[in-house]
Amino acid sequence: MFDLENIKTTFAFFDDWEDKYRFLIDLGKSVPALPTEFRVTDNLVRGCQSRVWLLGEYDTGHNQLKFQIDSDAHIVRGLIAIVLATFDGHSPNDIVAYDIEYLFDELDLMNHLSATRGNGLRALVKRINDTAYSYVPL
Amino acid sequence: MQMGEPYLGSRPEPMSFDTESVRSDFPLIVDSNLVYLDNAATTQKPRVVLDALRTYYETYNANVHRAAHNLSDKATEAFERARQILAKRINAERPHEVIWTSGTTEAINLVANCYAQSQLKEGDEVLISEMEHHSNIVPWQIACAQTGASLKAVRVKPDGVLDLDDFAALLGDATRIVAIAHVSNALGTINPIQQIIAQAHAHGAQVLVDGAQAAAHLNIDVQALGCDFYAFSGHKMYGPTGIGILYGKESLLDELPPWQTGGEMIEEVRLAATTYQSLPYKFEAGTPNIAGAIGFGTAIEYVDGLDGDSLIAHEKQLLESATAGLNAIEGVRIVGTAPEKGPVVSFLVDGSHPTDIGTLLDQQGVAVRTGHHCAMPLMEAFDIPGTVRASFSLYNRLSDVDRLIETVEKARSFV
Ligand SMILES: Cc1ncc(COP(=O)(O)O)c(C=O)c1O
Repeated sequence: MFDLENIKTTFAFFDDWEDKYRFLIDLGKSVPALPTEFRVTDNLVRGCQSRVWLLGEYDTGHNQLKFQIDSDAHIVRGLIAIVLATFDGHSPNDIVAYDIEYLFDELDLMNHLSATRGNGLRALVKRINDTAYSYVPL
Repeated sequence: MQMGEPYLGSRPEPMSFDTESVRSDFPLIVDSNLVYLDNAATTQKPRVVLDALRTYYETYNANVHRAAHNLSDKATEAFERARQILAKRINAERPHEVIWTSGTTEAINLVANCYAQSQLKEGDEVLISEMEHHSNIVPWQIACAQTGASLKAVRVKPDGVLDLDDFAALLGDATRIVAIAHVSNALGTINPIQQIIAQAHAHGAQVLVDGAQAAAHLNIDVQALGCDFYAFSGHKMYGPTGIGILYGKESLLDELPPWQTGGEMIEEVRLAATTYQSLPYKFEAGTPNIAGAIGFGTAIEYVDGLDGDSLIAHEKQLLESATAGLNAIEGVRIVGTAPEKGPVVSFLVDGSHPTDIGTLLDQQGVAVRTGHHCAMPLMEAFDIPGTVRASFSLYNRLSDVDRLIETVEKARSFV
C-alpha cells in the first residue's frame, strides 16, 4: 500500500519542516480508518498521548504479518503510514531483524521516537516487534 | 556577594517591572530563540539561583545540624535562613511551620500519610475536586483505602469554575479534610480558597491547599487565607528541582505522627521507644536537600526583589492577550474560561489532536505542553483527550504571545 522507497525519495527533497509535515499529514490521510468495532481498549497501544490502535494478523501460508493501525492524531497517522510501509506484509523474522531507528534517523524524524514524546510511536514499534517475535520460529 | 560567604545578602529593593531586564537574569531565556511557554511544568532559573547553588557547593558544603565545625555552621545558617525566607514569603507565623519536602507531591503525600495513620477512620470523608492534579488525588485514594474513609470530588462547571453549590452539598460533618488546588494546572482557574477554607472550618474540616501553580503567580498569605496546610514546589517558581515546602499550622503539625523516619528527626532513640525532634525536624528525616533549600530561598529573594503587583499585572496582560488572540482564530476553543485565572491557557483546535498542534508548534520554536496534564479525571469530566497548554511566566513578553498566535494559526492550516 505504501512504498517505503517512494517515501524516502520524497523526504529527501524536503528542505523545510513545513513541506515535510504537510506531506506527513497527507500520508496519514491515506491510512485506512480502523472500523469502530476494532477501536477498543484491547487494541490500544499504551503509552500514547493520542490513541493508537493496532491489530496484527499472521498469515501462516505466506509467513506474513498483516497490520491495521489507526490513531486519532494526524501526525501520528503519518508516522503510522511509514511504519506500515516498513513492516506490513513482512515475515516475523524480517520485522524482528529490522531496526527502524535508522529509517527515522534518515527521515529526520527521530524526535518522534524519543522517550519523552509521548506520541506512542516507540510503544507502537515495540508492540509490533513483540507481535513479530511471538511468531518467529524457535 | 563575597566568595567564601554563604549567600546571605540583604533583600534587594523592590523595583518596578521591566521584562527585558528580567529576561537578562535568566541565561536559558536570554541566550535562546525558543519561546518557552511551558512554565506551569517548570520555570527557568535566574543566574542568582545558579550562583547560590554553585557557591554552596564550592565554598560551604557540609551537612546541617550535625557537626561541630565552622563549615557546618555556615551551611546550617544558610539552610535555616532559607526556611525563614520561605516563611516570610507566605507570612507563616513561625519558620518551623515550613517543612522542607522534595516538592508539592511529597508534601501532599506527607499529609495524606499522616492523616491515614492518625486522623482518618471509616465513615470519614476526604473532599477533593475534579480539577485536581494526580498528586492531589492518588495520595488521598490510598489514605482512604487504608482507613475506610471515602473520597468525594467537587464538580467543575463547563467553564472550569469550581461548582460551589456542589462543594457546599458535599461538605458535611463527616468531612475531615478538604484538599484543593489554589490554581488549576490544566485550566488556570483560581479557586476561591478563602471562602472554601471558611466553609470547611465551619464544619470542623481542615484544608490542604495545593499551591503548585499559585506560588509563582500570586501573593500567598497563609494566615489571611486561614489554611491549615499549603504545599508548593521550588522548581515552578525559579528555584531548583527536588525541593518544595509543606506549610502547616504548628498545632496541627504537632498533632500529626512523623512520616518518614531515620536520622535528623530523632531526639532520642532507645530500643524501647524513641522520642521525636520538635518541628520542623520531626518531618525531615535524613539529610535534607541543602543546596535545593538554599537555592529556593535565593529564588524567593529574587522574586521578592521584583515588584509583586506589577509582576502579577504583567502576567495578566500576557494571559489576556493570549486569550484574545486565540479566541480570534477560527476553530480554536479555549478550555477553562473562569473569570479568575492564573497565566495558563488551555485550548483545542478543531479537527486536530493536541499532539498535532504541540508538534507543529515545536517545529516553529514554541514550547507548549500537550496531553491530560496529570488531570485525567478533569479531562474525562470534560470528555476531551487533553489540551494544548501555554503557560506564561515573568520573563515572557507580548511578542511571545504574538508568536504563539502566529504559530497556532499556521498549525491550523496544516490540519
Ligand atoms: C496543581 C499541581 N499540583 C501538584 C503538582 C506536582 O508538583 P511536583 O511535581 O513539583 O511535585 C503539579 C505539577 O505539575 C501541579 O501543577
